[in-house]
Amino acid sequence: MLLPLPATAQPQQQTISIQARSFGYEPGTVRVRRGDTVTIHLESEDAVHGLFVDGYEVKLQAEQGRAAQATFVADRAGRFTMRCSVSCGALHPFMIGKLEVDPGVSFGRAALATLAALAGSLVYFTRRSGEGLLR
Amino acid sequence: MRERRFELSGIPIIKKVLRSRWLQWSLMAATLPFFVLSILAGLFGTPAGNRNFGIVFVWIVWWALLILLLVPFAGRLWCAVCPIPAPGEWLQRRALVQPRPGGRLYTLGKKWPKRLRGIWLQNGAFLLVALLSAVILTRPIVSALVLLAFVLLAIAVSLVYERRAFCRYLCPVGGFIGLYAQLAPIELRVKDAAVCAGHREKTCYTGSDAGYGCPWLLFPASLEKNTYCGLCTECLKTCPLDNVALYARPFGADLHENKGRRLDEAFKGFIMLVCALVYSVVLIGPWSLLKETAYAIGSAGWWLYALAFLTVNLALAPGLFYLCAAVSKRLSGTAQPARRLFVEHAYAVAPLGLAAWAAFSLSFVLANASYAWQVLSDPFGWGWNLLGTAGWSWTPYLSGWLPYLQMPILLLGLAAAVGVILRTGRDQGLPRRSGAPFIFFCTAVTLALLWLYV
Repeated sequence: MLLPLPATAQPQQQTISIQARSFGYEPGTVRVRRGDTVTIHLESEDAVHGLFVDGYEVKLQAEQGRAAQATFVADRAGRFTMRCSVSCGALHPFMIGKLEVDPGVSFGRAALATLAALAGSLVYFTRRSGEGLLR
Repeated sequence: MRERRFELSGIPIIKKVLRSRWLQWSLMAATLPFFVLSILAGLFGTPAGNRNFGIVFVWIVWWALLILLLVPFAGRLWCAVCPIPAPGEWLQRRALVQPRPGGRLYTLGKKWPKRLRGIWLQNGAFLLVALLSAVILTRPIVSALVLLAFVLLAIAVSLVYERRAFCRYLCPVGGFIGLYAQLAPIELRVKDAAVCAGHREKTCYTGSDAGYGCPWLLFPASLEKNTYCGLCTECLKTCPLDNVALYARPFGADLHENKGRRLDEAFKGFIMLVCALVYSVVLIGPWSLLKETAYAIGSAGWWLYALAFLTVNLALAPGLFYLCAAVSKRLSGTAQPARRLFVEHAYAVAPLGLAAWAAFSLSFVLANASYAWQVLSDPFGWGWNLLGTAGWSWTPYLSGWLPYLQMPILLLGLAAAVGVILRTGRDQGLPRRSGAPFIFFCTAVTLALLWLYV
């Protein structure tokens, strides 16, 4: 988990159907591999809903009976927020889904950074106190 | 640590501004119209939260300023300018700017019941607001009624109890601002306690023709932490010996000394940390069922959610930390009771909690701050266009950069927490290994937050 995933799998074409309804997406989390060409097919079950993907700047809007579609290449690894871009009701600001592009990579790096921060702070504060780390 | 301070009020222009009676009033007068407009918009404006001034300017703009700027860098400065206690305080003083002779107050002046002192009431108030937040943060009328209730309560308390009893013992926001103010790089302290000892009148506490006695019921000479000082600067005005000053100091200075650590403040730290975690899961996680459940107040699912929410806040998280304290006791071989270790080390969650709130707040603030331009032109959502910005489209700011902002903040919080843990152990005369369980706890929480965000 802590190492970058080897680039063994070939990028694929993925079409993902997302149902939007107040106030969530189904599926709430979409997982793809880095390099995949992703087509999001958005359908709304009730009001007009949008979908904006942080980091990819993908934006689409669907209403009941009229779906929308957008295609992009998932070339950045990580966990990206998908959020509703059309005011649709009380919980609109929290109508959120997640796009995970090889999420293990980014969390692995974050975990490594955490351990580094931990080690660094232990060394720093120990040196400041003038005492040994192991006591 | 006392030596590493710089007296900001030693700069003549700053001292002049701080001593001016117009300072606090003018800042309050600046915030009050926004506050009143927030309430009016909430009561009479559009029910669409993102088109309503009340929701956008309170829970996005003000919250962002508070958590990301004011609290980390200026401690309780917001409390000095908060409009909620303003009407009550002005009624209590029967004056807006210049004090009545002797700093007299027109109130029944009852002392707050001793049994209700401390911040347990504030902890409870914050938990209640947090539990209902899915509705409070999104429905303008509910938000307005909550703010109105705070104002009316503050007025009532001002007329019955002494000074700023509402702010000191009831305000749910003041509770956590006070805890996190211990991290801030500014402080208001006396220059020389011996000077205070020799001053018989103690006008900083009793008041004088120059100003009011400390509204926060503090005696400045014994002030050692920022927790309860509202930075109103009355003491700067009323001290005839120029013995009170505003200092710049290192971040987290109050956490360098583990004197006077209390269980209620410890619990506040856990409540804030857990609420940040819960909000990160419920409000900005991809699980719509949780959002709907949190919103459906009174439903069977909501009661289960409430039970889980309170259990995690008041039992699970503190319980796990207590377990860490028990393990720490075993590791260190100390005779100190585990409860003492628990309280002393619990303050480590303060910097971690503030970091968690900053990271969480960035999530929704950056995504929704652009609504502020719209509501400035059309605060009620009635189709106005006062400033020409009503038609500006929604634009998430720095959308791809969010994890890169959140991660360093969380890691900084973890590093600060580790520092507090190590220092606490050292000051308690404990071996360094005694901090390991607490460090494990903080690291686990940090990793959980990172998993949610990156």
